[in-house]
Amino acid sequence: METNESTGQKGFQTVGETKVENPRMTCRDVNVYYGDKHAIKHVGIDIGRNQVIAMIGPSGCGKSTFIRCLNRMNDTIPRCRVTGEILLDDTNIYDRDIDVVPLRAQVGMVFQKPNPFPKSIYDNVAYGPRIHGLAQNKAELDEYVETSLKRAGLWEEVKDRLDHSGTSLSGGQQQRLCIARTIAVSPEVILMDEPCSALDPIATAKIEGLIDELRTHYTIVIVTHSMQQAARVSQRTAYFHMGDLVEVGITDKVFTNPRHKLTEDYITGRFG
Amino acid sequence: MTPSFLIILLLALSVFGYHAGRRRALSVAGEADAPKLHSRPVYYGILTALWCGIPAMILFVFWLAFEPAIITNIVVAEFPAEIKNLQESRLNLVINDVKNLVEGNIVSSETKTWLQSAADHYKDLQVVSKAALAVIALSLAIICALVVWRKISPQLRARNHVERIFKYFLIACSTFAIFTTIGIVLSVLFEAVRFFKVIPITDFLFGLDWSPQMAIRADQVGSSGAFGAIPVFMGTLMISAIAMLVAAPLGLMAAIYLSEYADIKIRAVVKPLLEILAGIPTVVYGFFAALTVAPFIRNTGSLIGMDVSSESALAAGLVMGIMIIPFVSSLSDDVINAVPQSMRDGSYALGATNSETIKQVVIPAALPGIVGGILLAVSRAIGETMIVVMAAGLTANLTLNPLKTVTTVTVQIVTLLVGDQEFDSPKTLAAFALGLMLFIVTLVLNIIALFVVRKYREQYE
Ligand SMILES: Nc1ncnc2c1ncn2[C@@H]1O[C@H](COP(=O)(O)OP(=O)(O)O)[C@@H](O)[C@H]1O
Ligand SMILES: [Mg+2]
Repeated sequence: METNESTGQKGFQTVGETKVENPRMTCRDVNVYYGDKHAIKHVGIDIGRNQVIAMIGPSGCGKSTFIRCLNRMNDTIPRCRVTGEILLDDTNIYDRDIDVVPLRAQVGMVFQKPNPFPKSIYDNVAYGPRIHGLAQNKAELDEYVETSLKRAGLWEEVKDRLDHSGTSLSGGQQQRLCIARTIAVSPEVILMDEPCSALDPIATAKIEGLIDELRTHYTIVIVTHSMQQAARVSQRTAYFHMGDLVEVGITDKVFTNPRHKLTEDYITGRFG
Repeated sequence: MTPSFLIILLLALSVFGYHAGRRRALSVAGEADAPKLHSRPVYYGILTALWCGIPAMILFVFWLAFEPAIITNIVVAEFPAEIKNLQESRLNLVINDVKNLVEGNIVSSETKTWLQSAADHYKDLQVVSKAALAVIALSLAIICALVVWRKISPQLRARNHVERIFKYFLIACSTFAIFTTIGIVLSVLFEAVRFFKVIPITDFLFGLDWSPQMAIRADQVGSSGAFGAIPVFMGTLMISAIAMLVAAPLGLMAAIYLSEYADIKIRAVVKPLLEILAGIPTVVYGFFAALTVAPFIRNTGSLIGMDVSSESALAAGLVMGIMIIPFVSSLSDDVINAVPQSMRDGSYALGATNSETIKQVVIPAALPGIVGGILLAVSRAIGETMIVVMAAGLTANLTLNPLKTVTTVTVQIVTLLVGDQEFDSPKTLAAFALGLMLFIVTLVLNIIALFVVRKYREQYE
């Protein structure tokens, strides 16, 4: 059994394989505090390249808090403090001279509730390329919008009404629009915080299929409260419990043969 | 019996009715094999009390409302024939004399005997009426209370009755406000129509010349009696425009700072301070405009060789703009705060900076609400009176130069109505026509603003 060396200073030991070969992101001894509340405790985990890693755990265990660390979205919360090291391809994203603006373009995020801007579908997708000055002219911008919508599997449904408001789409379409919007700035990692929890089963299935396709281009971290979803879309799974990272491993192994008692209780439905 | 004593008596009766009703409810319920009371005993008490008080009170109000008119009619009927046949306006003077005598005031001419006897009669009638009112009101109260009291039985649905009465009461309160508004509008409309009978409405709406002084004698100079409203409305428009040029950007920027940049401590201080600005009486702004800002502008103007009149549109507009800042900022602050945090998160997560997020996501999303807020502010500016009365001029100049004196609709209304006026000369009636126009303009603005704001609210629900 491999253990996380960085958690040695306190009682809790993460079980399973926290390390992978050639990781895209590496977290070492990450702690998050909301004021005095210690919400994430000494978490160390690698995030593998072109893989989907699922974060599961009972509600309030810190899944959202943790993935918001990965693109420094927690910076927008006034009383939130993060310590430790998170590397994206060898650069520590919490280094003092790191600018969050390009970082968030590299590590994009899709939220629980679809949140398209109240602008046209086109402008929603073009938003990122515009603020980062990615396109030289209108034709290039069109190109960005089209490829992103195609990758998000939305192009066929909206290509005739790009000027309609993004908010006029259905929930599932809105969420795919948000994914397209994220893809448009060419991120390396996409964070998804319960992206399907506001959607019906059909829309959920679409997004799950999409996640599987996106894996070839991007590294994906997905938070989900549905164990079936984690099993369907992810290659690795991490189980959180009250701010601790309890167990990490190959998804199949975690679900068929959990090594930690807490994980087993959660997966078998005795807890959470 | 004085009316106030009568009211106290009625209240006392109601309290008594409450106790009597409650006691009866308890006693009928206490009888052997009586069914269970439908409502709690207090409701039977309240029902008795309400029936005791309300009909008598309504009678009381109507009585006092119609008493003077009825008594006057009776007295007039007994006037000598030659007086009775006088013109209406002369007759009114005589009636006034009678009323003055009744009150014990001195009447202009020496008192004639018939006048004195009419006054005595008037006084007698008043005494009779007061006595009759007391008797009728009290007996009505007692009879109603008794009827209800006798009907009290376990089956009586007292609670439902009481609730219905309270519902009607609430409806009456809300319709009161509506009917008052309708009444005001109708009275203004009525007077305005009288004005338009004398001055054609097209002359009023499209006339370029405003000088409401009417010639009393034919040879009087400078009293043309022109009622073209355009210069007056242009004045209002210009001052409001200057005010909005000040208030809209400042208020909006303040709101953006407060809601997006200021930390909690600063916000806790600045927001209430801004709202205090809204609580300053406008007459104080008026001083400020007339005594501080206007001279300052005039002096600055003369320093750089410009001719500024001492009551410039600029001064009034600037101060009015300052007055409206908190109005704009607090409405904008509300709508900016109503933009969901998830919108901002979505933008930040794409690598947008704070200012890009504000410019491209927050403001566009809040824009309809902000526009609505600004329209509401405009209608306040148009209707604002005190500042312009003190700081803007009286001369109706048709000009676009903000350094000149202009006058506004509200100022004209005030000057037309202040002082001794007959209420049927076109000069006075013109005030109502202006008021009507003002009312229509602000009404339309408010409707548009409310519509815009409501539409915007729906977007996020
Ligand atoms: N903005 C915040 N301020 C204070 N505490 C927070 C905040 N956000 C989350 N928390 C706390 O941190 C813990 C983890 O929350 P979260 O990461 O949202 O859990 P999850 O996403 O797993 O349901 C919870 O106990 C929650 O109350
Ligand atoms: Mg969460």
